[in-house]
Amino acid sequence: MDFPFAYSVMEMKFMSDIKLHLDQWHQNLNGRMVSFAGYSMPVQYEGVMTEHLWTRENAGLFDVSHMGQLILSSDSDDVGAALEALLPGNIATLGIDRLRYSLLLAQDGGILDDLMVTRRSDDYYMVVNGAVKHEDMAYIRENLPDSVNLNYMEDHALLALQGPKAGDVMKRLIPETDMLYFMQAASYEWDGISLWISRSGYTGEDGFEISVHNDHAQKLADALIAHEQVKPIGLGARDSLRLEAGLPLYGHDLNPEILPFAASLGFAVPKRRREEGGFIGSDAVLEQFNIGPQMVRVGIKVDGRQPVREGAIIVDEGGETIGNITSGGFAPSLQYPISMGYVPANMATEGTELILQQRGKNIAGFVTSMPFVPNGYRRPPKAA
Amino acid sequence: MVRYYTEDHEWIEVEDDNAIVGITDYAQGQLGDVVFVETPTAETIFAKGDDAAVVESVKAASDVYAPVSGEVIKGNDALVEDPALVNSDPEGEGWFFKMTLTDSTELDALMDEDAYKEFIADL
Repeated sequence: MDFPFAYSVMEMKFMSDIKLHLDQWHQNLNGRMVSFAGYSMPVQYEGVMTEHLWTRENAGLFDVSHMGQLILSSDSDDVGAALEALLPGNIATLGIDRLRYSLLLAQDGGILDDLMVTRRSDDYYMVVNGAVKHEDMAYIRENLPDSVNLNYMEDHALLALQGPKAGDVMKRLIPETDMLYFMQAASYEWDGISLWISRSGYTGEDGFEISVHNDHAQKLADALIAHEQVKPIGLGARDSLRLEAGLPLYGHDLNPEILPFAASLGFAVPKRRREEGGFIGSDAVLEQFNIGPQMVRVGIKVDGRQPVREGAIIVDEGGETIGNITSGGFAPSLQYPISMGYVPANMATEGTELILQQRGKNIAGFVTSMPFVPNGYRRPPKAA
Repeated sequence: MVRYYTEDHEWIEVEDDNAIVGITDYAQGQLGDVVFVETPTAETIFAKGDDAAVVESVKAASDVYAPVSGEVIKGNDALVEDPALVNSDPEGEGWFFKMTLTDSTELDALMDEDAYKEFIADL
C-alpha cells in the first residue's frame, strides 16, 4: 500500500522544519511529529478518532504556536482606523478586549488569509495562519502607515484549550476567566506569569486560546494536562474538529482566487463596511455582494462511509465538472463522511443533491447546513 | 501455509495456489483509525503491483497493491460493516481479499516475517 496521499504533506518530514518551543514535550507525550506550515508539529498522540471524541466530551490542549501572533500599536495614529483601511470588518468600533474574525484581502478581493483581531486598551492583537504569516506581515506592513508599529511575538507560544470542560479547568487555574464569554479576551496573571487569554478557538467547542511567553509555555502546558479532563490533541483531530464545526481552513477552503461572499464569509463584511467600503479589495468584494457570487462554499453530507476529500470534483449528470471539494473526511462525532466544497450558487440550497467524483468513482451527497455538529460556544446571557 | 510481506506493507499468506492478502500491523498503526475499506470484487484480475483495494483512515486515503499477480476469489465483506477490524486484527480477521496466484515464482521477491521486521525497524 502507499502511504497517505490526502495528508501527504503532513506525513513528510523536512530537515528545514522549525521546531516548536514545546517540541520535546510533545515527543515525550508520544506525539507523532510531521511537517506542517514549515514546522514540525504533533499530528496525533493516541489517535485522531480518540483525540477528536475526547475534545468533544472533555477538553483538549493544542499547541498552535506556529500561528503568527502580531501586535499593532502606535503613539500617534488611530490603529483602529488604519486597520479598517486594511480589513473588511468593524475594527474601529470593536469594544475593548473583544475579538473578531476577519480577512486579509488582495486588491482584487481575493482572500490572502483569515485571522482573529482583538482590540485591547493600548493596541491591537492579531493571530494569523502559520503557513502564510511572513507574507501576511509583509503585506500588512506595506499597507499600514509607518507610524503604526507591527511586532511579531516570535517569543510567545499559543496554546488552545478546547472542549466542554475547558471552562471548568481554566477556572481552577484562574477563577477570573469565568467572566469571559465567547469572543472576549483579557490579560491574567497565573503563578507570576502573564497570560493573554481569549475565549475562542477552532473546534466549535467552548474554549480558550492562551498566549504565553516561551519561557513559561511548558509550565502552563503541564499544569493544564495535569487535570484529568485534559489530554494533548494533535493536528489531525484539530482538522476533523474544525471541519465538523464548518470552519474553513486557509489554503484549502480559502485561497486568493476566492472572495468573501463566495466563501460564505459575508459576516466578516458587516453592513457598515458594505455601505461605506474603504478597505483593500472593497470594490471587488462589494461588486460580488451586489451581483451575488457564482460559486458558494457549502457543507456536504456524503452518502455511505467513504470520505470525499480535497481534490475531488462535483459533476453534473452529464459528467461535466461544476464544482470542487476543498476539505473532507470522516466525521468522528457523526460517524459519517462530510465535506466542504464550492458549488454553483443556484445549487447551494440545503438538500440539493450532488454527484461527487473521486478517483473516477461517483459518490452521492447533498448540501447541508453548517456547522455539521452544533457548536458549544459560551455566549453572554441575553439581557432580560 | 507461508506468509510473505511486501515493502508496501501488505502481507500475503499462501497455501498451494491460493492466498489471503491484508495490510500489516505496522501499516494500520501508521494509518490510524480505519473508517472505510473498498475490497476488489470476485474475478478481478491483477498484475503484481496493481491497485487492488482502498483503505481510508480518518486522516488519509491509501491504495493497497496486489502483492503478486492473480485473480480475486472474494473480498472480505466483514470490512464493509466493520472497517475497524483492520485496526483491531490486521493480520487476521481484518484481511482484505482472497486470490489465486498465476505465478508463484513472484513470491521469491517478497520478504519473510524476519526480513519484514528488519525492514520496518529501519523506517
